Amino acid sequence: MDMAETATRTTVAPSGPSYATRRRIEGWMLVLPALLLILGLSIVPLIQSLVLSFQRWDLQSQEHPFVGLQNYRDVLLDARVWAAFLNTGIIVVCAVAAEFLLGLGLALLFVGDFVGKRFAMPILLLPVMVVPIVVGLTWRMLWDNQYGAINQTLSWIAGHDVNILWLAHRDTALFAMIVTDVWQWTPFMFLVLLAALSSVNPELYEAAALDGAGWWQVLRDVSLPGISRVIAVAILFRALDAFKIFDLVYMFTQGGPGTSTESISWYIYQLGFKFFRLGYASAVSFVVVIIMTVIATLYVARFLRGGDA
Amino acid sequence: MSAVSGHAGTLSARPAQLATASRRDPWRGVRTALRYAVLLIVLTFCLFPILWVIGMSVKLPGEYMRNPPVWIPQNPTLVHYTNVMAQKGNLALKNSVIIATGATFLSMLVGSLAAYSLARLETGGRHFSFWLLSQRLMPPVVLVVPFFLLLRTLGNINPALGLDSHASLIALYTVFNLPFVIWMMRSYFEAIPAEIEESALVDGSTRFGAFRRITLPLAVPGLIATGTFAFIFSWMEFLFAVVFTRTKAVTLPVAVAGFSGSQGSNWGQASALAVVAMVPVFALALLVQRHFVRGLTLGAVRG
Repeated sequence: MDMAETATRTTVAPSGPSYATRRRIEGWMLVLPALLLILGLSIVPLIQSLVLSFQRWDLQSQEHPFVGLQNYRDVLLDARVWAAFLNTGIIVVCAVAAEFLLGLGLALLFVGDFVGKRFAMPILLLPVMVVPIVVGLTWRMLWDNQYGAINQTLSWIAGHDVNILWLAHRDTALFAMIVTDVWQWTPFMFLVLLAALSSVNPELYEAAALDGAGWWQVLRDVSLPGISRVIAVAILFRALDAFKIFDLVYMFTQGGPGTSTESISWYIYQLGFKFFRLGYASAVSFVVVIIMTVIATLYVARFLRGGDA
Repeated sequence: MSAVSGHAGTLSARPAQLATASRRDPWRGVRTALRYAVLLIVLTFCLFPILWVIGMSVKLPGEYMRNPPVWIPQNPTLVHYTNVMAQKGNLALKNSVIIATGATFLSMLVGSLAAYSLARLETGGRHFSFWLLSQRLMPPVVLVVPFFLLLRTLGNINPALGLDSHASLIALYTVFNLPFVIWMMRSYFEAIPAEIEESALVDGSTRFGAFRRITLPLAVPGLIATGTFAFIFSWMEFLFAVVFTRTKAVTLPVAVAGFSGSQGSNWGQASALAVVAMVPVFALALLVQRHFVRGLTLGAVRG
């Protein structure tokens, strides 16, 4: 780390490498450890995974012959992959949409100061800080048809005994996962949107008020355009995160009944570590990476083009 | 990202004109009432599941396996805590502390150097920092298979580096925390004026000396916040932990998930262990409350 002649000295002594060069070397030296770690434990494994995806790599076989595109052809014909994609897609779209709408509503309600805000904010943020597996366990108990609080509450509201087997059917199990995800992540949307709304130039509201704009007009023409970029980023981050859904599937249904509630992460995990079809699991992974990259790129081009995210 | 980190409450500084306008607003009382009603419902919704799992952890089986459920524990007991900690809790807690601390320390060390370089020396320019960030957009499950093969190979050479070892999870979490740490620390370093450091350079200090004596002490609040988030993320991780550990290096989330098969019968112990996993994060979150928005927006990118 002792490579630094000082800036001033270097400019006086033109014999050595230029100041700019030194700066660049210094810069890369500092980045090097991080870069090596990322290359070694992220890029190299990714390439290895790509190679695996062209091999037959099963538990039974001692050899791992290259089979060309056969794994990829199998992916296209594998109904379980597409069912898992559909489940994941349903969860992402429904959960993120609900989180955004609820988060925006709450942010609009709570922008500005009011008595009790300092007390309420930390409680609102608690769900984000709960370990995801603990969220899974907790809500697994809440959704339970016999011992859970949800059926009990519904029974009180309905006035008769409600006994829904939430986690025993695909549709209600997906719904349960969506509600649980909404519980954990709406505070994230709320917090981000609240911060964004608070930083919209107050003069714009003033001008709108003087022009006699109603709250809907203010929302549509002042608030939302002012925070559109933050909205786009928040939705992107949340969707990418929700797409990884694994912990809830593990705790709620283990993909069942049958394979009907598998998510993409869950299915790849099953392929790799229950069936030990490592080559095929890698091929599925790469199809996921390709599809996600395409969707994310289109999204960024549509909603975030230009400027800094 | 700058708009996101803007601070709350600017609107309250609206000019007096507007304040008087809203004072004449006949709906003002209704809106205030609505606001508090919604607030009450939302707070209940946020708190209820957390209180439920705490409640479950102190109920005896006769209470947590009853239909209709008992909402408020009648005979609170700590027996599940003592039992679960004696069986597998202590080991899992110890493993979680070792792994999260190790990964936090390493990622902060390596990440802060890189962040400093990106902030002050503009190494690699904007494309490089976005490339770093993009590392974490990919679902972690994609890397599970090659990691597994890598750890199996390493384990044949030295078991302490292979599957079911502390070192393997520390290394993986370090890499997964890096993009987050670099982006967070870069924004903190950028907020420290470069002039202070440059004057030290002019006075004959080395770049590293200036970094260590001037910039680093000023960045301590940022270091604490970033480190806390890195710790929390490592503490919460489940996918890698469940695939790469068996018995020796099992972390708290894996130990909690170990109860998932049983309907009812073990919920007391499961909940007790869950509370042990949950409470430290709450305590740490208090530390970084002010940094939440910045941490979470970048944190969401992390695996």
